[in-house]
Amino acid sequence: MNLATTLREQFIRWALRVKSPEPSPITLGQRRVYVLPTRAGLGYAAALLTMLIGSINYSLSLGYVLTFLLTGLGIVAILHTFRNLVRLKVSRGRTPPVFAGEHAAFHLVLASDIERRTLRLWLPGGENTCVDIAANDAADACLQLPTTKRGWLDLPRVGLETTWPFGLIRAWAYCAPEARCLVYPKPAVKAPPLPWAGGEAGSRLAGGHGNDDFAGLRGHQPADPPRHVAWKTAARQGDDAPLLTKQFDGAAAARIWLDWDDAPAADIETRLSILTRWVLDAHAAGLVWGLRLPERTFALASGEEHLQAALTALALHGQN
Amino acid sequence: MAKTNSPPLAPAQTWWLLATGFSAIAPLAPHVQLWLGAAAMLALAWRGGLAWYRQPLPPRWLLVLLVVAGSAGVLLQFRTLLGQSPGVALLILFLALKQLESRTARDGLAIVFLAFFLALSQFFYTQAIAAAIASAVAILVATATLLALTDHRPTPLTLLRRAGSMLLQAMPLMLLLFVLFPRIQGPLWALPRDASNAVTGLSDTMAPGSISRLSQSDAIAFRVRFPGAVPKQQQLYWRGPVLSEFDGRTWRPRQSQPRPRLPYDAPASGGIDYEITLEPHGKNWLFALELPGQPPEDTLATSDFQLLTREPVTVRQRHALRAYPDLHAGRDEPEGLRERALNLPSGSNPRIRALAAGWRANAQNDDDVLRQAETFFLRQHLIYTLSPPRLGEQTADEFLFDTQQGFCEHFANAFAVAMRAAGIPARVVTGYQGGEVNPVDGWLTVRQYDAHAWTEVWLPQRGWLRVDPTAISAPARIDFNLAAAVPEGDPLPLLMRADLSWLRDIRFRWDAVTNTWNQWVLGYNPERQRDLLRRLGMSTPDVQSMTAALATLSGLALLALTAWTLRQRRRRDPALALWERLSKRLARQGLARAPTEGPLDYATRVAAALPQAASEMQAIAALYGRLRYGPGTPAMLDELRRRVASFRP
Repeated sequence: MNLATTLREQFIRWALRVKSPEPSPITLGQRRVYVLPTRAGLGYAAALLTMLIGSINYSLSLGYVLTFLLTGLGIVAILHTFRNLVRLKVSRGRTPPVFAGEHAAFHLVLASDIERRTLRLWLPGGENTCVDIAANDAADACLQLPTTKRGWLDLPRVGLETTWPFGLIRAWAYCAPEARCLVYPKPAVKAPPLPWAGGEAGSRLAGGHGNDDFAGLRGHQPADPPRHVAWKTAARQGDDAPLLTKQFDGAAAARIWLDWDDAPAADIETRLSILTRWVLDAHAAGLVWGLRLPERTFALASGEEHLQAALTALALHGQN
Repeated sequence: MAKTNSPPLAPAQTWWLLATGFSAIAPLAPHVQLWLGAAAMLALAWRGGLAWYRQPLPPRWLLVLLVVAGSAGVLLQFRTLLGQSPGVALLILFLALKQLESRTARDGLAIVFLAFFLALSQFFYTQAIAAAIASAVAILVATATLLALTDHRPTPLTLLRRAGSMLLQAMPLMLLLFVLFPRIQGPLWALPRDASNAVTGLSDTMAPGSISRLSQSDAIAFRVRFPGAVPKQQQLYWRGPVLSEFDGRTWRPRQSQPRPRLPYDAPASGGIDYEITLEPHGKNWLFALELPGQPPEDTLATSDFQLLTREPVTVRQRHALRAYPDLHAGRDEPEGLRERALNLPSGSNPRIRALAAGWRANAQNDDDVLRQAETFFLRQHLIYTLSPPRLGEQTADEFLFDTQQGFCEHFANAFAVAMRAAGIPARVVTGYQGGEVNPVDGWLTVRQYDAHAWTEVWLPQRGWLRVDPTAISAPARIDFNLAAAVPEGDPLPLLMRADLSWLRDIRFRWDAVTNTWNQWVLGYNPERQRDLLRRLGMSTPDVQSMTAALATLSGLALLALTAWTLRQRRRRDPALALWERLSKRLARQGLARAPTEGPLDYATRVAAALPQAASEMQAIAALYGRLRYGPGTPAMLDELRRRVASFRP
């Protein structure tokens, strides 16, 4: 089994012909598309042989005609299966970042000048996906791959195959488009609450400018500052009721510094995990937050871009 | 490698499989037992009902039971499961029952393959043009089903059209293989006994009624092509079994070993060349025109001048022969054979014996006797009819003196008995007489209703001499045909009726088509293959050179086909082509369009990079966007063409 796997890897490396990863777009040339009969195709050949022997034995002239027609059909099938895959243009599509533990979704753009049907793409250890492409069009194929580690995840070798039109012949090719997915650290499930201790945020809230207007209640999120919890409402409604958070209008959102050193964990990955959770919570609570990492600091800010930048830094901490 | 388990069948695929089953089984229905056809159709209908009402398939034990029951039925019917007919029966049964347990695409594949086998097995029974068409339909449906098993989403019409297109593309290779694949004359192993089904035709014995039973059959016995003129109708005696053993009622052939040569020498000149194509009749008889020249290499001869094939004629056979119509042979017939040709069972036909004794008493020699006999037959006013009265024990006596109505076998029987009684060696020859020239292609067609029997008598110095007693009483039979000779009101075969001449005309045309089909499609055997290839310029058409030619030509055909399939592009959207031309030009400026970038985004980016071309670029993008994604007009396309052409980034 081990030897077989090694041999197969060797073959694939040879079959790929190009050092991976390849720059997009990749055109599947004739030399990298392989064609072999499927199991059904072998059955078909056996059936034809039987029919030929029958035709000879019983001197059935029309039997010859039929056998030869189906032989021709088998050969035409080879051509069409080959044509269904060859000269396909594969290029990298978008690959949104994911959190470790989620599935990375690599999008590939398959462009073609002819109509192509039932192309199957697969990743080693991933799932199949099947696409059709209209003539002079492109199709998006999404390949899912489970993630475990933060950082960059390179798109592994992609297999493309088709048995269209008859399922008798399989044409396949490998390609390794240059594509990678940014995997953020997995947000800690049991993270300590946001580190409100001291600093600007505390003083600001405690200072009690008081001119922020109470705007309403919403469901409590772990990152909400305890001061904003509608304790009175909670007391009225009893133990089972969910906690609610008071929301205030105005720009005077709370400020908080998320510090590497505040994360209560020994090892780096757990620390990153907790920080990721905090960053997400702070963002969700609409706070103005800053992040202090050993190698760089993100100043107090808010918004989507700020979040992405921080998460990217967390994902790539200690790498490159 | 993507490991995929065979997916379950979609409803559309189930219907396709049913269509495949139906189109494969239906053409076989006339050839198989009624119960078998009915059971198969019932199974298909059952599966159709389950699919229609979305019911689950029957449990496995029930199917096993059905398979066992069906196989038992076949076993009871044929007493065996091996051989051609039981094999076809089992194939039908499996194809029908497989439908009821088909769950995945792999099961579907098995059905398609079974359908291929059935399409072939239809040719065991008939290889007529109609069978070829029925088989072509079955193959088309099976091919479309194969397509549907891979991708069932297209509409049935699309799948049929695609299947038809694929089959058309397979045709050139089929033709090459058909012409050039080195043919081997089957069988590779002994054919099971049922391979040649019972066919109408002459039998090897003659008793009253044995030939007249053929008079209603217009089945074709053989076809003949004369490179020169067709001989006169009176000369067309096609020699079949020669019967010289008589037991008082039935005439039988003498047992003798076939030999490679005839016992006489043909003259050096005066022969008539012709080519005969025999329909299968299950016997070795060649039905050569009298009298045949020496048999060709692959045929044999008997001591009584009949030509034989080496194997029974179970498939259509073609032979090139030569005939000498004026030849008489057998002057030096051995004494013993002449003696045996005088045998009459004692006590048979006493009235003829008495008559013949009278002839002999008045005669100087055998010629005199023969003349008296012919005169007697003429004066007796015998009536040639298709429906003679039944005869008792003394068939010759009763025919000649009592009923006086008979078909050719009565005439031949009575004449031969009379001759033997008069001491002249005589025998009966059966075969065919006459034939009909098809005005469409000039071939002579001899049908079963042309079956005939005549006599041969042996005269010293002259040898065996043909005497046709039917011609004495009913000359029209020999000069024209059966219809001219029998009394009005006799039931004639359909094709001989004068009032149906339009039908005959159609039949002639159809016959000519069928004959071409037989000669070139069905009769394309090793011999004809060699002939054709020699005519096409291949000097030594042996297996090696055929294989080489086949490899070369199919290589070329494949190359052409490959080029055609790979070059075959859809006609492009002209707007897209213009847009791509523009993008390519911009790419040279370092402004390549990303594959996923839309026209407006791209235009914005280009406009920012090239301010001097900004407004033009925006206009082009807007125009292209409307042409490609909205209702565009030809005028807009022209404008786009103009603008792209004059665009200077």
